[in-house]
Amino acid sequence: MDIEAPSYKWVGTRPVRPDGIDKVTGRAMFGADFSLPDMLTGKILRSPHPHARLVSIDVSKAAALRGVKAVATAADIPEIPVDNAFVGDAPTNFRHWSSNVLAREKVLYDGHAVAAVAATSPAIADAALALIEVDYEVLPHVIDVKDAMRDDAPVLHDDLFTAGVEPKPDKPSNVAKRVEFTLGNTEAGFAEADVVVERAFRTKAVHQGYIEPHAVIANTAEDGQSQVWCPSQGHFMIRAACAKLLGIEISQFRVFPAEIGGGFGGKINPYLEPVALLLSRKSGRPVKMVMTRAEVFRATGPTSGAALTVKIGALKDGRIAAAEATLTFEAGAFPGSPVGAGCMTGFAPYDITNVKIVGYDVVSNRPKCCAYRAPGAPIAAYGIESVLDEIAQRLDLDPIDFRLKNAAKEGTKAAYGPQFGKIGCIETLTAAKDHPHYGAPLGPNQGRGVAAGFWFNFAGQASAAVNVNEDGTAIVTYGNPDIGGTRASMAQIAAEVLGIDYDKIRPIVADTSSIGFNDITAGSKTTFTAGLAVHEAAKDVVGQLRERAAKMWDISVDAVVWENGVARPASSNAGDFDPLALADIAAMAGKTGGPISGHASLAATGAGPTFAAHICDVEVDQDTGRITVVRYTAVQDAGRAIHPSYVEGQMQGGVVQGIGWALNEEYIYGSDGRLQNPGFLDYRIPVASDLPMIDTVIVEVPNPNHPYGVRGVGEVPIVPPMAAVTNAVASATGVRMTELPMSPPRLLAALENGS
Amino acid sequence: MVLTNWLNQRFTDGEPEIEVSAGTVRQLIAELDGRFPGIGAELEGGMAVAIDGEIFPDPFLEPIRADSEVFFLPPLEGG
Repeated sequence: MDIEAPSYKWVGTRPVRPDGIDKVTGRAMFGADFSLPDMLTGKILRSPHPHARLVSIDVSKAAALRGVKAVATAADIPEIPVDNAFVGDAPTNFRHWSSNVLAREKVLYDGHAVAAVAATSPAIADAALALIEVDYEVLPHVIDVKDAMRDDAPVLHDDLFTAGVEPKPDKPSNVAKRVEFTLGNTEAGFAEADVVVERAFRTKAVHQGYIEPHAVIANTAEDGQSQVWCPSQGHFMIRAACAKLLGIEISQFRVFPAEIGGGFGGKINPYLEPVALLLSRKSGRPVKMVMTRAEVFRATGPTSGAALTVKIGALKDGRIAAAEATLTFEAGAFPGSPVGAGCMTGFAPYDITNVKIVGYDVVSNRPKCCAYRAPGAPIAAYGIESVLDEIAQRLDLDPIDFRLKNAAKEGTKAAYGPQFGKIGCIETLTAAKDHPHYGAPLGPNQGRGVAAGFWFNFAGQASAAVNVNEDGTAIVTYGNPDIGGTRASMAQIAAEVLGIDYDKIRPIVADTSSIGFNDITAGSKTTFTAGLAVHEAAKDVVGQLRERAAKMWDISVDAVVWENGVARPASSNAGDFDPLALADIAAMAGKTGGPISGHASLAATGAGPTFAAHICDVEVDQDTGRITVVRYTAVQDAGRAIHPSYVEGQMQGGVVQGIGWALNEEYIYGSDGRLQNPGFLDYRIPVASDLPMIDTVIVEVPNPNHPYGVRGVGEVPIVPPMAAVTNAVASATGVRMTELPMSPPRLLAALENGS
Repeated sequence: MVLTNWLNQRFTDGEPEIEVSAGTVRQLIAELDGRFPGIGAELEGGMAVAIDGEIFPDPFLEPIRADSEVFFLPPLEGG
């Protein structure tokens, strides 16, 4: 694909986002803001046990309570058989999600949903939950991922046999899957190496930490037609999941996207939505459900905690001779950790001949883990970039020069197998090295660390429409929830193609019945994928505008060109006509063929991978162990930034979340298997006053598969921070931290031990 | 085309790289299943594919050239 010349009017500019005013004034409607007449309150009874068999659930007293209109358990939803667990080729296992939404036979973690009620008031709903009698047979539990792999560990699923090993195991295990990637011969590579460093690392489960809790309203009419309002990362996904989990046809309900207050991967999957829909269908009334913060922590997200070992050998000249890693990821209560992506991403920034990576997906009595920004990649990068830092030190090499010497480029065979096309790994590392931050002096007790990161970026399905209004303005309709400013990007793309002002275009995120199917807003795919659909729909409009102008001039459409927002004769041979602006043609639409409306539905391909290089300065209080990030610079290849402010916002947000992961955030369980810190007071995410302004540098190595060169940007910025912060702490203290988070007590202990 | 370790241990007697003539991913899987019975179900079970370096999370009709390099990869999702 030829990339359009970078002389854009709107692409690359920074207009105000269409939803900005509503969001800063509080007018925007998030999930919990909706209400309907005769609305019921839905609530969920959750397990206090991390592992127990459900002997019986008696809801009769709750159902008899005045004001209770519906009660539901897993018995009210169809059990999805093993051979029907998937929808199409999607990797989501709906048999597992069904058991996660409402527990069936066993509860598998503290907070697992057991039953639900809908009542005329929150107080009555709470009273009803208290009347539900659950007979639990408490079972031994296992929380830690390494403990879960032991032969004597309590087994969560009797039907779970380790996949990816030969011969197939003959007894069930908590190890759901083994994956392995190899290139070359690591044994021979290590034999040649002058320096070999091997380290073991641990990371803790962390939550996506979105500010908005999960919320939903479902309403069902007498004819069985339902409507659902909820925030999510994909209302088409919510529709598919509800249909699958409840066994109802997709045409029987419609999902409206509420504004979403953050997702980061944690709002891809269903939690409350099918339950609210079920309660609404049972009661015939609207049912609203909103999670408390404690419920969000106990029962949604998080991403995996992990144990990993990394071994890297290098030659004196700085070439990496061999690299090995073993990644063991917590999946939570059901299989499905992002260990595969972790294995594939960690060494991807580098051209290494001999690589071996092994990954294990392990279940334990924690909430089912969920995607979190570049799922798996930050954990792998933490260990690998830490070891690379240590090797650079031992070889007395500049850490960026060391990475540049080994950097992947076009034609490099990635550690997970395929060859890279056009990529910007070297460009991001070079931009980091050239940044003033990298050479700036450090103060007392300060240290500097760098780290690199990679993410694939994905494409997917999208539908979009561009409708021209009678006055020459236009409505852009697409179907991806706007999390990071995509309304603005879609309007910019349409404005660029149509040649009209950004302010003349209103972008709309349509509900599931108003536009064709759209994939989820995840995988850093929306600006790429939905943007391609909008681009094609706008081109469809341009074709129609040329046709209408040709009719108005009574000449051939081939003799009409569209330039800078007006139709012109292609040459003087075509005739002498004054240009027709879009508004001129729109005003005549009724007389030239009717409404002008462009459409596009596509399965996009060609998402370009992206790389990041981060520089972090920390200051360490040697007396308390407190680490303060004093300066941070993130460099990233965006391909082409449609709206640079929102690219920068993604970069800053990813960095902040990575810093939280590095310094403070962790799920803490008691010996009883219960989560001890399900709230923001005890689960410490960084706030604005904790951090400096995160400096950003956008590198643009255009993706050759996109008309403007777009690459995904939302995920790679969370990949390097954990390693960058850790490397900075090592620089400041001389102590290599191998366990996250580096909370003050943990760092203080390491400083006192000197290791 | 290239298979992951587990698949080649289970189906191809340890051979990770196999020459296959196919015009699409669907044809490739069918061809492989003919030569290594049972591998088709595994490959269709949510695996991603990389064709000449480009990853397709949900492959089916993607074209494959005569000199293409194809990798089967674990299912992938973003956040």
